[in-house]
Amino acid sequence: MTRSNIALLVLLAVVASLPLFGGAYALRLGTMACMYAILALSWNVVGGFAGYPSFATAAFFGFGAYTTGVLLGKGLPLWLGVVIAAVAALLMSAVLGAALLRLRGHYFAIASLSLVEVLRELVNNATDLTGGGMGLNIPLVSGSGVLAEAMFFFYAMWILLLLTALMVMAVAGSKLGFGLACIRQNETASSMVGLNTTLYKSIAFGLSACFVSAAGGVYAAWVHYIDPSDVFDILYSVKPIVMALMGGLGSPLGVACGAFLYLGLEEVVWRNYIQFHSGVLGLIIVLLLLFLPHGLISLRPANLWRKAKHV
Amino acid sequence: MSEILRLENVSRHFSGLQALRDVTLTVNKGEVLGLIGPNGAGKTTLVNTICGVTPANSGEITFDGKDITRIKTYQAARLGLARTFQIVQPFAEFTALDNVAAAALFSQPGQSLKAAREQAMAHLVYVGLELQANQPAATLTLAMRKRLELAKALAMNPKLLFLDEVNAGLNSAEVERATKLIHELAASGITIVMIEHLMKVVLNVCTRIAVLHNGALIADGAPREVIENPAVVEAYLGQQYAKRNVARG
Repeated sequence: MTRSNIALLVLLAVVASLPLFGGAYALRLGTMACMYAILALSWNVVGGFAGYPSFATAAFFGFGAYTTGVLLGKGLPLWLGVVIAAVAALLMSAVLGAALLRLRGHYFAIASLSLVEVLRELVNNATDLTGGGMGLNIPLVSGSGVLAEAMFFFYAMWILLLLTALMVMAVAGSKLGFGLACIRQNETASSMVGLNTTLYKSIAFGLSACFVSAAGGVYAAWVHYIDPSDVFDILYSVKPIVMALMGGLGSPLGVACGAFLYLGLEEVVWRNYIQFHSGVLGLIIVLLLLFLPHGLISLRPANLWRKAKHV
Repeated sequence: MSEILRLENVSRHFSGLQALRDVTLTVNKGEVLGLIGPNGAGKTTLVNTICGVTPANSGEITFDGKDITRIKTYQAARLGLARTFQIVQPFAEFTALDNVAAAALFSQPGQSLKAAREQAMAHLVYVGLELQANQPAATLTLAMRKRLELAKALAMNPKLLFLDEVNAGLNSAEVERATKLIHELAASGITIVMIEHLMKVVLNVCTRIAVLHNGALIADGAPREVIENPAVVEAYLGQQYAKRNVARG
């Protein structure tokens, strides 16, 4: 196991100890942080490792939220609903991926973006099943008080984050990760050395979808009410990309840090500049990307030392 | 000699452009076939068609007794068809070692990354790149990248190796070194089809020459016969070359 993987696990352990230090607000932030990190780490598999800029994250998030929401309404337990959502997303995205991933670059980005719109419209129109534009009420999972529930959803999201991180680390160190790196660098040459690029890309797309879908499921149960414009919000596609870029493309540790940093900035800016918070946040992101193009992960002490020597 | 590859009436067009016209050609085990012809004759398209990059529109390709006309690129690679690219195609961020390891890893089923890296090192030593093993491919010189291409192709344990202008852009010392490598490869029993413009190298290395012109095969035979063939002189070599050749005997 590499040093940065150990650092990531330590970071996750620190996040898990959050309930010791804060109340309901800290738990809410912690749950959001875990959710963002799941989204960003998942995007990293297809966007960072394979180099395919996917905008489909919101599609899988909404898919998971609605799958779990509908199943909970039918009386299934939460864990089962989430597992079904994850498996369904894995299969659906792997099949869709085999078709979508024939496109490259900008074309793929636009096609994956359209996936969000298609699913949103499907949910909007399947009124009998999903409630359409009126949204979907989701039964309470437990009636055991506000704080206990906040704690429950925090740890549910945290466990998902841990699983996502373990998946991403396993991929990074495996033949699959090696193959995805080949695809990112030169897809033609990859198939020429015997790499089944369609298969590898589909697996990557599937893995990038299943935990996002599971997170969507937990989110739905957490907020009790979802509607299409909330869970199919295109920002769920854009934010993970920004987080991954801020943290350091391709590095699991960097991407997780990027997600936490993004949430921190979002929260601080929103509190202090309520009138124009999006503007300030956008400015900060542009500045960060401009002056730290390789993300937080490039801020290693060794690198800083080297820069200092050259001055 | 038994045949390893057979093309029968293979044609390929890119909308209006007929890149290959009814090419019928066999390659025998162990030979070094030179594929020559003017620019745009269809030499690279022929290799691409055999490897499944641009499948044939009509005709039939048989490799080692199997019909591979409609095969996918990665399947061709796993069957033992390896190639180098005229315009080198390294994995730029990977080290030279990982470039070759990728070839060893994905061309053979059930290979582990560790074993692939070990094999890769042996191939780098063979082409003389062991000192550059841990350098990113992007930092290598063109001659080194050409040799890296060769190491990648060899790591796939090829039965049939296509060399697409491995000598283009190299200086004479580098050409000599590459030619020596090709001789060694041929001696080790790999069947080679080489696309080459340097006639010196072609005549030095090849046991047989096939000539493409406007997508059609216009000559196929022993090197000396082919370069004296009037159609080949007309289409590719030119009268001056023919005269010099006759003068030299």
